[in-house]
Amino acid sequence: MAKLTFRTDRCKGCGLCVAACPKGLIAIAKDKINQKGHHPAELTDPEACVGCASCAMMCPDCIIEVER
Amino acid sequence: MSVVFKKPHALTDAVLHYCPGCTHGIVHRLVAEAIDELGIEGRTIGVAPVGCAVFAYDYFTCDMAEAAHGRAPAVATGLKRADPSNIVFTYQGDGDLASIGTAETVHAAARNENITVIFINNAIYGMTGGQMAPTSLPGQVTQTSPYGRDVNHCGYPVRVCEMLATLDGPEYLERVAVNSVKNVRAAKKAIRKAFQNQIEGKGFSLVEVISSCPTNWGMSPVKALEWIDEKMIPYYPLGVYKDRSAGREEAK
Amino acid sequence: MKGNEAIAEAAIQAGCRHYFGYPITPQTEVAAYMAKRMPKIGGCFLQAESEIAAINMVYGVASAGHRVMTSSSSPGISLKGEGLSYMAGANLPALVVNVQRGGPGLGGIQPSQSDYNQATRGGAHGDFHLLVLAPASVQEMADLTMLGFDLADKYRMTAMILADGTMGQMMEPVEIHPREIPECDKSWALTGTKMKREHNIINSLSMDPYDLERMNVERYERYAAVERDEVRYEAYRMDDAEICVVAFGIAARVAKNAINEARGQGVKVGLIRPVTLWPFPKAPLLAAAEKCERFITVELNMGQMVDDVRLAIECRRPVDTCNRTGGVIPSAAEVYSAIMGAQKGGAAK
Repeated sequence: MAKLTFRTDRCKGCGLCVAACPKGLIAIAKDKINQKGHHPAELTDPEACVGCASCAMMCPDCIIEVER
Repeated sequence: MSVVFKKPHALTDAVLHYCPGCTHGIVHRLVAEAIDELGIEGRTIGVAPVGCAVFAYDYFTCDMAEAAHGRAPAVATGLKRADPSNIVFTYQGDGDLASIGTAETVHAAARNENITVIFINNAIYGMTGGQMAPTSLPGQVTQTSPYGRDVNHCGYPVRVCEMLATLDGPEYLERVAVNSVKNVRAAKKAIRKAFQNQIEGKGFSLVEVISSCPTNWGMSPVKALEWIDEKMIPYYPLGVYKDRSAGREEAK
Repeated sequence: MKGNEAIAEAAIQAGCRHYFGYPITPQTEVAAYMAKRMPKIGGCFLQAESEIAAINMVYGVASAGHRVMTSSSSPGISLKGEGLSYMAGANLPALVVNVQRGGPGLGGIQPSQSDYNQATRGGAHGDFHLLVLAPASVQEMADLTMLGFDLADKYRMTAMILADGTMGQMMEPVEIHPREIPECDKSWALTGTKMKREHNIINSLSMDPYDLERMNVERYERYAAVERDEVRYEAYRMDDAEICVVAFGIAARVAKNAINEARGQGVKVGLIRPVTLWPFPKAPLLAAAEKCERFITVELNMGQMVDDVRLAIECRRPVDTCNRTGGVIPSAAEVYSAIMGAQKGGAAK
């Protein structure tokens, strides 16, 4: 059981977290636009996330907080 | 549940100005994590460069100085000599450290100045819009090498760790990369060691971080990380180039 | 004691514990003295890899809020120009000594005052000034060094001792007494936050032009206070003077000899010797223009201060220059001739 919190307004949609997730659970939300004008990253399947923090490790903008 | 990953305290809450996918942000975080873990924020002073990281003074919660282009090691020398109990680090890019500031870098290393140097090598000038850097690869296309870096015309890239490893002075030189989770973990360890060395009074510790510049490389952020594996690391092999206290001085 | 050594010892007595420099003739005695003394008093002497590195080490120590200095000679000061500009932008106090030699380029190693314009206009890019002090004796080398540190701290700006090779090498008796360092707020300094305050930032960058303008205007408000309160000069035999010689440093010493000789011939001539070159003693010169019909500057350059004299007296009187350059010092006889020529009303430019 893990919980990811994205500070979505700061996301620049670079996709490094998407590539980093070993389970492929993160995607760029093409249907959403944040305050900065980017499509933000989001967790597609929270139930499957184990909280390994790979996404957070690769996020250049430090927008992901991980609990587990 | 408990928090296992969050923004380190030593990073301010300012939104980083870097382009999407630029790995400067990762390295900033690693530096801040090292400061947090070592409990040195209150006595740390950082020196920002000229280049993309010029605004680093807004991103770290410790005291910060902004240096003239390339002069960060000299400014850090002054700060450290003024109060040796403080922990002083510079954060510099390749143009700053390996071109205009080569002399300051070499001589701070030769003096074994007890400072920590974080060196971002992304093989390009980012802030000014993608010109050839001292570390641009042979054949690399940039704004000022539009036909590819011609080594017969403008020479070869500078390998900073290898160059400095020939000196007796420096304590610790390591090259890391931040293009994968595994490499980020290794980079974190190296950066932390570079600060730990200073705390222990061991001397000049430089961590060269192979980084990406998706915007000026003209690639997606993910592709840029792959390019580090394909092109950068073969030219700039990762590893420890000097670790005097560990008795390992072999140049790789 | 040599002039250069007097500067070094005075700096130590003024509380300076950090010196960074790069060898260059004719100021090397400052570094040599510091190299001997600093380790014995818990200070730091460090020979830098270049003048550029030295001034940036000064930037670092000044950022930490400590008294710090560097010294050099003309070509080296040009290299320090970058650092001087950054220090002005960051409002950092420090003392820089220029023991001038002939220029331009590598020039020569003999005494000169040809960096007058460079020193009094800041000497590098951007809107800024240095507080420029011009000693004319070994005692003043010491006294103005101490004053320079105090004024630098008070106004958060870099002070410069503008000496020349003669002053540096000259030996005279000198008294240097330890003195109390004036209280000065340095809460801006980089001392580590100790987790008790927001971080301090020492910086000269501003991306917002209105912000940069505001900072420059604030700096010039401080400069206005310097111009109002810190002008220093010597008036010599000026009471009844009809001819006013203007000279600083070694040129003023030569001029005094010539003035005394001319006085012996009944010529009413006096000297105004700027001690601060920036701020320039405009008011006393303008007042002198009420009575003096002619002005003569004596300079070891092609005629640089002469422009400031013309500005100060609002071009109300003719101003001649008696000058030698390239490392040559005007002789008392040459200055005497210039005075006698001016008295006859000839040779005015």
